[in-house]
Amino acid sequence: MDAGFAMTVLALQNVSKSFGPIQVLHGVDLALEPGEVHALIGENGAGKSTIMKILGGFLDPTEGQILLDGKPARFASGPEAEAQGIIVIHQEFNLASDLTVAANVFLGRELGGFRLNHAAMREETAALLKRLNTTISPDAKIGNLSVPDRQMVEIAKALSRNARVLIMDEPSAVLTHREVGTLYEQIDRLRAEGVAILYCSHRLDEVAHLADRITVLRDGRVVRQAMRGELTEDGMATAMVGRELEDFYPPKGDPSAEIALQVRGLTVPGRVHDVSFALRKGEVLGISGLVGSGRTELAEGLVGLRSSTGDIQVNGKPVRISDLRHAFAAGLAYLTEDRKEAGLLLEKGLRVNLTLATLERFGKWRIDTRAEDKALDRATEDFDIRAKDRNMLAGKLSGGNQQKLLLAKTMLPDPDIIIIDEPTRGIDVGTKRQIYAFIRKLASEGRSLIVISSEMTEVIGLADRVLVMREGRLAGEVTGDAMTEDNIVRLAMGVGSDGGKAA
Amino acid sequence: MKRIDLHLLGPLVALIALVILGALLNSAFLAPANITNVLARSAFIGIIAVGMTFVITAGGLDLSVGSMAAFLAGVTIIAMNAALPGVGENWGTILIGMGVAILGGIIAGTVNGLLITKARIEPFIVTLGTMGIFRSLVTWLADGGTLSLEYGLRTLYRPVYYGGIGWITWPIIVFAIVAILGEWTMRHSRFGRHVEAIGSNDRVARYSAIDVNRVKLLTYLLLGLLVGLATVLYVPRLGSASGSTGVLWELEAIAAVIIGGTALKGGRGRVWGTVIGVLILSLIDNILNLADLVSPYLNGAIQGVIIVLAVVLQREKRTAEER
Repeated sequence: MDAGFAMTVLALQNVSKSFGPIQVLHGVDLALEPGEVHALIGENGAGKSTIMKILGGFLDPTEGQILLDGKPARFASGPEAEAQGIIVIHQEFNLASDLTVAANVFLGRELGGFRLNHAAMREETAALLKRLNTTISPDAKIGNLSVPDRQMVEIAKALSRNARVLIMDEPSAVLTHREVGTLYEQIDRLRAEGVAILYCSHRLDEVAHLADRITVLRDGRVVRQAMRGELTEDGMATAMVGRELEDFYPPKGDPSAEIALQVRGLTVPGRVHDVSFALRKGEVLGISGLVGSGRTELAEGLVGLRSSTGDIQVNGKPVRISDLRHAFAAGLAYLTEDRKEAGLLLEKGLRVNLTLATLERFGKWRIDTRAEDKALDRATEDFDIRAKDRNMLAGKLSGGNQQKLLLAKTMLPDPDIIIIDEPTRGIDVGTKRQIYAFIRKLASEGRSLIVISSEMTEVIGLADRVLVMREGRLAGEVTGDAMTEDNIVRLAMGVGSDGGKAA
Repeated sequence: MKRIDLHLLGPLVALIALVILGALLNSAFLAPANITNVLARSAFIGIIAVGMTFVITAGGLDLSVGSMAAFLAGVTIIAMNAALPGVGENWGTILIGMGVAILGGIIAGTVNGLLITKARIEPFIVTLGTMGIFRSLVTWLADGGTLSLEYGLRTLYRPVYYGGIGWITWPIIVFAIVAILGEWTMRHSRFGRHVEAIGSNDRVARYSAIDVNRVKLLTYLLLGLLVGLATVLYVPRLGSASGSTGVLWELEAIAAVIIGGTALKGGRGRVWGTVIGVLILSLIDNILNLADLVSPYLNGAIQGVIIVLAVVLQREKRTAEER
């Protein structure tokens, strides 16, 4: 670290940050070298985003200083840092959804004089997008693009600014397999060009693959710094959590032979074609597949959030589900992948969120707030929801606690069959482990669960059996020792398999 | 445990300040006759604004209420005049008129609601359209002039506006009941909770098994019913309706809702706030008429400033909370 200090582009020196009485960073040292990918990892709340905000000029440190090219610097704002070549790619997209891709890439620094030079901006955008191997049109409206495409536009926008320092906040979280490959290529290219990259991620496999240097944060302190190859994924997780992470996944269960849910020929027009499967009592069934393979659509079609056709039997009895209320009545519940836009009312309190789907249980005419409070007490305890104040807004909870609240909300109607879409997206390692334990506990109580996940290790670690989807169809099923990443990827990509059996 | 709602505090302080100002400027201000007058005139807009609170809280908007009131008043007068020969000059005819107004309001609100939920047209567009339609229909029914209630019926019907219990007239009583029921519904009923949830994020509401379209439709139906109720109280005041009846009521109602702390983007409904908002708007009018400080013609300007100010103050409070 000391040897290369002269080369360092951007560094934090003994930086501390407090919000009111709460200190979130304690004497952090961090140096970004040109041509190096520096990974910053840590659990949610460890201080990663505060560090990114300080580096990007959005926050000032309470103590310590920022060094730019070895000289103390102070950025009054994000744009000022950007003028120095420090570009942040935010997790929440900073894109205007009614403008075109080209207009967004050049937003705030449009080409041309009094009249905009549309042609030049379009051409340059097209070149950038081509470099990213995408087929996105520069004239497409952001609002019409998929989430992964938007992330690619965000990356193109950063590339267009000739960054000296690029700060990326979980850029791969929403990308498909192929796009992640392109992202890595671009990161390699930027590294070769001498850009200093700070890369935040929850995905340790990707950190091991990309990072030249790793900084591990825990509770606002740097607890470990390591060079490439010095730290295994296990080592990283251990350093983040501060204790051994053996038994990260709970032991597998012992599902009964009884069929809880039988689905035959489920079709969601244009999305899911003729999917049939059975879910046993006490089973955790994983559903894997690439983004866009129809996993979420299958779940939403099953619970009546999308119109679908097909036969569904619950406990041997045929049911007709054309509305989420029918699903509830049949004992099915669905936990959405989109926690912030479809799961919780971020501007409302915990109590209102918890009972929203089951209000009729809390009084016939007048809502019994006391009963609601009791339910919240129980949920807080059962699911270990950590809130500073029970009157706080759901949006102010950390991602992990939001997910626990959403799980509590989903479980409130006491369903027998629970479909959980992306159980741990964007939450920290410690909470992930807790959620896995909750899921296994629900199964051991005799409930049946379907877990949809993009994280292959999660599906393999958690599920008793895995269904793999590809292009809206069931591509196959793997169980037991055949549940390997290799087999799942083969099925998901449609290449020959040696372990899984095609369905 | 019960905490004071900060969003209500601002408007309440403003209202109290206005009352003190009024009392200082003119001793007649606090006289029962003046208070009755202010409250009774607030009642029409107030009853409508309570319904508007639900529509706006659910993320909707209704621009048609003023025209709707005029149209319903016209239809009510025609219905009563038509029933007069058969039923006679008695309360039977008046009850028919009241029934027509309420039922008509429900139908008109349902039409708005269905166009918004089933045909999926923006509330602004739908109600801008029906605003024009209702206004045009009443002008056409009145043939460009005025529809008047038969003299005998008018005399019989008059006490519904001017009478009451002591100096508390019926419109005030009805307004109070509507406000209390409205507040209770918003705060304590499942419907109110669903309305707030839909306005806050209708996708979350849908994923929580709430019948979003039904709840939205009900808010417009409820508003239509309340417009009908306001019409029942309005017709005996003048006994007539014309193309200029109820002009700009929609904007006054929306303004009252916003001043009262309900978020225009939906998700946060304050019925008490709306009541305070209505009272603030009528008090400004009343004070300007009583005191000679400012020309009453500037009433609109002052109301406009208050509306903008109310929203600015609420925004600053919100950002303060977010820190």
